[in-house]
Amino acid sequence: MSAVISVRDLVKTYTVGDLQVPALRGVTLDVQPGEFVALTGPSGSGKSTFMHLLGCLDRPTAGHYVLNGRDVSTLDARALAHVRNDEIGFVFQGFNLLARTSAVENVELPMLYRRGVTARERHERAAAALQSVGLGDRLDHHPNQLSGGQQQRVAIARALVNEPALVLADEPTGNLDTRTSIEVMQIFQRLNAQGLTIVLVTHEPDIAEYATRVVAFRDGRVRGDRPVAARRRAEQELVALAAQHTEDALIA
Amino acid sequence: MSMWNTLWIAVKALRRNAMRTALTALGLIIGVAAVIVMVAIGNGARASIESQIKSAGTNIITVNAGAGFGPVRGGAGATTTLTVDDAEAIRDEVPGVRYLSPGLNTRAQLIAERNNWNTQVQGTSAELPQIRSWPMQFGLFFTDTDVRSAAKVAVLGSAARDQLFGPGADPTGATIRLKNQPFTVVGVLSSKGQSSMPGQDQDDTVVIPYTTMQKRVLGVQHVSSITISAEDNAPQAQMTAAITDLLRQRHRIHPGDDDDFSVRTMEEFATMLTSTTTTMTYLLASIAAVSLLVGGIGIMNIMLVSVTERTREIGLRLSVGARDLDVLLQFLVEAIVMSLAGGAIGVALGFGASWAVRTLLQWSTQVTPGAVALSFGCAAAIGIFFGFYPARKAASLDPIDALRYE
Repeated sequence: MSAVISVRDLVKTYTVGDLQVPALRGVTLDVQPGEFVALTGPSGSGKSTFMHLLGCLDRPTAGHYVLNGRDVSTLDARALAHVRNDEIGFVFQGFNLLARTSAVENVELPMLYRRGVTARERHERAAAALQSVGLGDRLDHHPNQLSGGQQQRVAIARALVNEPALVLADEPTGNLDTRTSIEVMQIFQRLNAQGLTIVLVTHEPDIAEYATRVVAFRDGRVRGDRPVAARRRAEQELVALAAQHTEDALIA
Repeated sequence: MSMWNTLWIAVKALRRNAMRTALTALGLIIGVAAVIVMVAIGNGARASIESQIKSAGTNIITVNAGAGFGPVRGGAGATTTLTVDDAEAIRDEVPGVRYLSPGLNTRAQLIAERNNWNTQVQGTSAELPQIRSWPMQFGLFFTDTDVRSAAKVAVLGSAARDQLFGPGADPTGATIRLKNQPFTVVGVLSSKGQSSMPGQDQDDTVVIPYTTMQKRVLGVQHVSSITISAEDNAPQAQMTAAITDLLRQRHRIHPGDDDDFSVRTMEEFATMLTSTTTTMTYLLASIAAVSLLVGGIGIMNIMLVSVTERTREIGLRLSVGARDLDVLLQFLVEAIVMSLAGGAIGVALGFGASWAVRTLLQWSTQVTPGAVALSFGCAAAIGIFFGFYPARKAASLDPIDALRYE
């Protein structure tokens, strides 16, 4: 099986005024289909830069990046936009939903930039995506009528709607409380179990434990790359929490 | 993204901030409406003059006492050299004269049995109805006999008649007092409507024989004007020259000195009025066009604010696959939709304002399709021109920076 992501000696250097800031100093790795990879590391380690390059939001200074069999390292801006639309789904820490717009219209957004999808199809696929994240009864809600966890679920549905090869999540639980974070990780784990390849950036070690593989960054290089030993299961944790609440309620 | 989607998204974005959109477009709306109304007023004035000329005939040549500018209304001017004998000489010696009337004007209080009314008093010959193509509503115009005997007879204009005897009444045979003397009303002129100059009502007048005006009202021997109606196809330029030569001779004006009279054909006067109103129209329209420009600047300003506000939204759109061109079009179309909508409303407002001016101020207005097309086109051009810079700014945002924007 060929890798979804294949990166060779990837280098990214930013020019700030006269200074050259090396953000990535040469990264080589592969991600196979169905993997759930967590990228960890302190601020400035290069993990965010690496994710931007994986997401085709930026181009590397040197090196190669082959996504789903296509070398995207030298594509121009317009071509990259097409790749983003086709192959990649993003989930952000701040949700980044369109305000005063319904959930279903938010999820339809990526399909608007795609040719050959009728309005009816868009609506159906968006509704289905929302259903799959448990928001089938909230299609017409606006973001200000949804909790943080629900908004992030809309964002996840949006990321899935074009059937991408890869979902990139940048600190998806950063703005959520513990319980809601576990719920969101449950969705990611379920999607991954169904075969979706996920790359998730986090600085929280607990969140990284939900993945199947952890790649640790430091100073622009990969310092560690290991499978997750004791993988956390969000579903089980949620059940335990629910039981705990019931107990507390009985005692009180 | 399909054009239809882009359009729909632009409309939704504008609707989300309806108040802001409306206020931004207001500058443009007012500008478009102003241009249309200004041009309409100017055109109305011009059309009114033209139809006036047509109804009066273009054959009128006016000689005014004093080197004046156009037919100066009012009482005896400073110059008293124009006489009835001059008028007779013109009739005898200048070929092409069909009708002729010496003229004097003043204002006076007319006193009827129940009402009185201050109005313009014109002294003319019996040929006035022919010269001015002015039929009677009641009675008969006074005759040469009345002129020869300086009879105290008067013909009322329809508006003066309304004021003195009630609207639509027939006062033939009634007596009115003018400058303390009794005059018999022998008829009423039919209604001519407003004159070309706003505020002058042609029907608000009373006409008496010029001889009566000279002897019994003003006590003078000169006249202030001589109005001539030329034969059809008479060479008016030559007639004008002949009249000028004749009068210079009669008034013993030395070569090189100015005339103490002015000779104007109606054609000349009409051209002068037309070019004056046209110049004024352009001037007014230019001023109005400035507000179009201001409206455009307002649009650019708000679009720039909008782009900054929506930086994260732009970052998001880029991340899900929008190209820079998609972002450019999105914001450009928003600006264009706003300016076209503003243009359309401005056109409607322009029509409404023109109607209001016509109805309330009684000025004639004529909205021209040219002005409508021009200002609507300007609105569209403004949307494109002033919307482009903000749209390009939006399109050149870096997705990563945009996503991080606070």
